[in-house]
Amino acid sequence: MTPRSPSVVVERLTKTFGAFVAVDDVSFEAYHGEIFGFLGPNGAGKSTVIRILCGLLRPTTGRATVDGVDVARDPEGVRQRIGYMSQKFSLYNDLRVRENLELFAGLYSVPARDAADRIAWALKMAGLEEREQAVTGSLPVGWKQRLALGCAVLHRPPIVFLDEPTSGVDPISRRRFWALIREMVDGGITVFVTTHYMDEAEYCDRLLLIDRGRIVALGTPAELKSRAMRGQLLRVVCEPLGPGLDALQHAPEVLDAAVFGNTIHAVVADPAAARTSIAGVLAGHHVEVGEISVISPSLEDVFVSLTAPRPAGEVAV
Amino acid sequence: MSWRRIAAVMRKEIVQIRRDRRSLLIILAMPLAQLLLNGYAVNLDARHVPLCLYDRDRSQASDDLLAHFRATDSFDVVHVSDSYADLVAHIDASACTVGVVIPTRFSERLRTEGHAAVQALVDASDSNTASLGMGYAQGIVQAYAGGVQLEWQQRHGGAAAASTIAFEPRTLFNEELESMANIVPGVIALVMAVVGSFLTSLTVAREWERGTMEQLIATPIAPFEIQIGKLIPYYAVGILDTAICAGVAVTLFHVPFRGSWIVLFGCSLLFLAAVLSLGYYISVTSRSQVAASQFAMLTTFLPTMLLSGFIFPIDQMPRVVQWITWIFPGRYYVSILRSVFLKGTPASLMLEPIAGLAAIAMILTLLAGRAFHKRLA
Repeated sequence: MTPRSPSVVVERLTKTFGAFVAVDDVSFEAYHGEIFGFLGPNGAGKSTVIRILCGLLRPTTGRATVDGVDVARDPEGVRQRIGYMSQKFSLYNDLRVRENLELFAGLYSVPARDAADRIAWALKMAGLEEREQAVTGSLPVGWKQRLALGCAVLHRPPIVFLDEPTSGVDPISRRRFWALIREMVDGGITVFVTTHYMDEAEYCDRLLLIDRGRIVALGTPAELKSRAMRGQLLRVVCEPLGPGLDALQHAPEVLDAAVFGNTIHAVVADPAAARTSIAGVLAGHHVEVGEISVISPSLEDVFVSLTAPRPAGEVAV
Repeated sequence: MSWRRIAAVMRKEIVQIRRDRRSLLIILAMPLAQLLLNGYAVNLDARHVPLCLYDRDRSQASDDLLAHFRATDSFDVVHVSDSYADLVAHIDASACTVGVVIPTRFSERLRTEGHAAVQALVDASDSNTASLGMGYAQGIVQAYAGGVQLEWQQRHGGAAAASTIAFEPRTLFNEELESMANIVPGVIALVMAVVGSFLTSLTVAREWERGTMEQLIATPIAPFEIQIGKLIPYYAVGILDTAICAGVAVTLFHVPFRGSWIVLFGCSLLFLAAVLSLGYYISVTSRSQVAASQFAMLTTFLPTMLLSGFIFPIDQMPRVVQWITWIFPGRYYVSILRSVFLKGTPASLMLEPIAGLAAIAMILTLLAGRAFHKRLA
């Protein structure tokens, strides 16, 4: 197995629900031993793709294989090879921590002699050793998510699908969760994860940006930041913000503008020239201009830039 | 098939039942509550039913027949009418529940033609008492007719007319008429139908509602493994309830148990297979707890109450309704239970209802198994 051999292959995958196209002609590959991030706004089709890959939904057209197994033809074969954490917390709240782990050890047919070791390992990994007798429903969200991760990887699957694993989790628990994921990937498994937290996307080895069912970009976070932006990024401090944004969006030098915190980020082709003209435009609209500086884009900038309305068919990779 | 996976689901299901107060309450309190409620509240014995008599014949024969009505404590003769209108007025005023009319030429027709008719008017606003009253009246008339028939035969020799005195029967006369003994089999069927279908109707729907089903079907478990793992704990619960009902009935209510316990529990397992699978099927197809539980009640509780022969005798039902009862497992189970408790009938004489029960159990089990798919949409 070469280090870059594909673990998940998706070819021209489309999924429709009635007239609604949830996933539109999507193709990509995820490799063994990487954190493959799936980034997009709510309703972009992230969960639908994951559910198809787990054999929970049937693709309308196109094809997908997971660890070499076709998801439409042999969903049970796929389920043997994967761990899955659904978007909504879906362990049994009325069972104790240990009982949930025992249940999933049984469901995944972890041999009885290994089960005790694996459960002990999962409890340690999730930091739940002291809480193994706690009723699951009483745990804080972050703890529950670590338990769910533990249940999903008890059987040592080569691929793990995590659908928004950290939504609703506090920042410290999120950091801890990502450290766990990194550990697993270093152990050789593929982690396929969806998120809408931009800061989390930085943890991924490669990112797939998806919007309204279509792929808008694919690459490492660094690649996306350097290539996907259509120009340089200016950070504009001005007051008031609303009319300022309005003015910049209509300025000819500005390719794109969006509010970030209490500043405006504007994408321009030539920062030196744009700087002066922007100041002029804003002043013309009675907006008080502060500092204008060139900054390096964050993933959030990339994301906003790429998911902005654009002519159909144009894809930046 | 993996026993490891089945056992995992089974253990989980048992833990959940044990921790759910509502389920426990239904499992443990339901049999007792049903027995007590039905045992004391639904009294199927009727004594001292108020009766009006109207004798238009005024003969020796009519007098003899009416003497039979006066002799039994099933009826209290509250009034003797002298006109049809008077009789109807008494029934209308709820002064009496049953009115017996002996027509003119009653004794003459009996003597010359060998048969005659007696008319009964019944206030059916309380259908239970009414049908019991009808039953008693019919019994009395038949007892009298038997005597007349014997006389006729002795006098004329040879075979007599099939029935000397016509009485339009609307209920069967129940010789024993011990309420509790008749109620217990029905109550057991009712409890099992509710525990079996109501609790199982929630198991799958609940998992869809809480989202745990998505996690469950993302594992390699096969649909029939889920079915087996989820239903076995409820089999145990059902058998426990059968034992509670039967035990309480025999020890507390002194209901006779004349048959074999093996036949009782064997047939109970078949009935459970039917109602559990039905509940499971409903749960799989509806995916919502509220809809599932209501549908389960509609398809098991009511038919077991109304169409099994528990409260209303099946052979008194319109023909079409009688046919409909064939598809409800309660019909077979109640008749088997009655036979096992009261008559001690061996299994070899109940092959027909046992086969019917087994066939329905098998069909429902297969249906339930086929209904479940490991897909979200």
